[in-house]
Amino acid sequence: MTDATATPTPTKSLTTSDAHMKKRNAAEKRFKAYGIAAIGAGLFFLVVLLASILTNGLTAFQQTFIEVPVYLDPAKLDKKGNRDPEEMAKVSTFGYAPLLQDGIFAQVEQKGIETPLAKSKDMKALISASAAAQVRDRVLANPDLVGQTVNVRFLASSRVDGYLKDRVTRESVARDKNIDAEHLDLVDALRAEGMVEKRFNWDFITGADASESRPEQAGIGVSMIGSFFMMLVVLFLALPIGVAASIYLEEFAPQNRFTDLIEVNISNLAAVPSIVFGILGLAVFIQFMHLPQSAPIVGGLVLTLMTLPTIIISTRASLKSVPPSIRDAALGLGASKTQSVFHHVLPLAMPGILTGTIIGLAQALGETAPLLLIGMVGYIATNVPDGIAAGFLDPNSAMPAQIYEWAKRADPAYYERAWGGIIILLLFLFAMNAIAIILRRRFERRW
Amino acid sequence: MTKFLTVSALALAVASPAFAQSRDNVQVAGSSTVLPYASIVAEAFGENFDFPTPVVESGGSSAGLKRFCQGVGEEHTDVANASRKIRDKEIKACAENGVTDIIEVRIGYDGIVFASQLDGPAYNAFTPSDIFNALAPKVVVDGALVDNPYTKWSDFNADLPAEEILAFIPGTKHGTREVFEEKVVAAGCEATGAMEAMIAGGMSEDDAEDACLEVRTDGRSVDIDGDYTETLASIDANANAIGVFGLAFYENNTDKLKVATMSGVVPSTESIASGEYPVSRPLYFYVKKAHIGVIPGLKEYAEFFVADEIAGPDGPLAEYGLVSDPELADTQALVSEEKTMGADM
Repeated sequence: MTDATATPTPTKSLTTSDAHMKKRNAAEKRFKAYGIAAIGAGLFFLVVLLASILTNGLTAFQQTFIEVPVYLDPAKLDKKGNRDPEEMAKVSTFGYAPLLQDGIFAQVEQKGIETPLAKSKDMKALISASAAAQVRDRVLANPDLVGQTVNVRFLASSRVDGYLKDRVTRESVARDKNIDAEHLDLVDALRAEGMVEKRFNWDFITGADASESRPEQAGIGVSMIGSFFMMLVVLFLALPIGVAASIYLEEFAPQNRFTDLIEVNISNLAAVPSIVFGILGLAVFIQFMHLPQSAPIVGGLVLTLMTLPTIIISTRASLKSVPPSIRDAALGLGASKTQSVFHHVLPLAMPGILTGTIIGLAQALGETAPLLLIGMVGYIATNVPDGIAAGFLDPNSAMPAQIYEWAKRADPAYYERAWGGIIILLLFLFAMNAIAIILRRRFERRW
Repeated sequence: MTKFLTVSALALAVASPAFAQSRDNVQVAGSSTVLPYASIVAEAFGENFDFPTPVVESGGSSAGLKRFCQGVGEEHTDVANASRKIRDKEIKACAENGVTDIIEVRIGYDGIVFASQLDGPAYNAFTPSDIFNALAPKVVVDGALVDNPYTKWSDFNADLPAEEILAFIPGTKHGTREVFEEKVVAAGCEATGAMEAMIAGGMSEDDAEDACLEVRTDGRSVDIDGDYTETLASIDANANAIGVFGLAFYENNTDKLKVATMSGVVPSTESIASGEYPVSRPLYFYVKKAHIGVIPGLKEYAEFFVADEIAGPDGPLAEYGLVSDPELADTQALVSEEKTMGADM
């Protein structure tokens, strides 16, 4: 190695490309192309997903209503004529249904609409079963209405609604025993008269679930309340426990095998499939502690277990990102360890902690699997909880569980509602993630 | 942060003490087949009475009866829905936990139908024997019991289309499976002579009965453990397949399904009520008598359920697909007298 200092003859220049260089450049180009293809595929699937959710679900926000004058016949509703609500309550919804049928039929005759449906009973197929209850409630709240003709706007049956939304067609009704093509002709005529129309349906967002015979009435409101109470439990349990655990582990705990073991297990816990927490909740909270089945408090407890590791991990990460110089400065000025943590470290880590918490909550909000096992599915969420205790303890559903439930039901009208429910759930998730991003952007400090 | 912790601790303190509040709503659990009917009734009940709407949960007949039998008291359910009769074993389990007076209420009948894709081939000549020949692991060919050789429906019945055999049947945890086995497969087993051949082959009668209910495992018969919607999705994907559904489910999905006849009879509420259509089963709910008078609205709910305007032939249950019980009046009397099972029977 004597000629080590001799200048080597340049065999190749950097400016001229040889075979090896070309190969390397090609590899780089190929990799870029793969990357773009991967992103393109991802975007494509996202667009397909969103498009199918929107096309399938947006119709759920509109519902077909019928508006006709209805004569509240005193002979049927208040036989004794004393307008006593208690007496009148004996007339059930089955007594009210014919009045609505008469109402539509009177309009059919008055407007001279030609239809082979010659009886007022034939109008039954157009009307939602919920309409009679709606009129009955109105009459019982105001008995003086009896004897008057009032304008009532009520829900059309799900088949009529499906017809206006192109779900039900003339071919499909040929084999449907619930409605005939003549009914659809009549709907067309009534629609031309302005008595049948599609309107925005608030009840889908605020209303309760309904039985299988009246999908037109079902709403996601009650299960939204269920989700809300579950999230309260998760927030008030997972946040303090998670933050306390992380502060101790990060700031106070001695570094030994035992704390190492705990750390590893927390990370493991974050990767445990959520259904495992569901079965744990069933065994511990329901079978051992005898908490009520299907109650949001149990759902909240199960989701707390599931969210805890997420919150602990993100809290520890944001505590770690606070530079040690801040702790040292606090300690140097005579603050105790606790003071340095609570006065200086924690406030600086707070945006990160809140972001992690909100993301954890969003994850919990969309979780279905653990709820299957504690009975929040397979249950019809019709009762609005009266009061806070009832909100936690009365059986309820949750939004994703409600969507699952709708997707299972026999009537195809529920399918549309399942998609509509997905849109609402997605809006919640977007909103929560947006809040998390804003918090991080506005308050996070970097060193 | 400290303030935050105090707030959350306070909120917990407010939330926790109310575990032992008294119950004012009827609680129902059980069969997923009865669930739609029970929820229709519960909804109408809530509208027409001052009592709160009953809470209806599903989970299957067996699970519902198990919860029902866990004991007497507010924390236990008041009503169990079942798509089959309560078993002696369950009555015993009930009695052990102090649930002795049970009122059995038959609400009507449910038909089980075979249906295929709307655009698929028509299956219009089914008999129980055909189903057995198609699905059993061993069938009788020329008088001898052999491994099922059939791959097409037309192999054993010339009236059926020459289509590959593929059937989606309810999984073993379903109440529907029991009826399917009892009314179709077992009947087919006897009719084709397979049962006789098995007994002749040295099996005891009980063993032969069990062997009759087995289905072939070569993929032509597929168990569906989920709901009918899952069966429907499978039918959608396989034009030649045949699926087992409840009558109510079929009637709500006539735009996708074509029903098959059984022994020449088209399933409908009428043909089931008259007994012409062979594959049907009664549906029940069971009421805990000890809870009547304790849980407000329980008796009213039971009476409302079987009232003519609900469970009668023109009521909303029949509209949804329940075949109403011709002896509904007896059931109404039974409920209003609170007659328990085993009393004067």
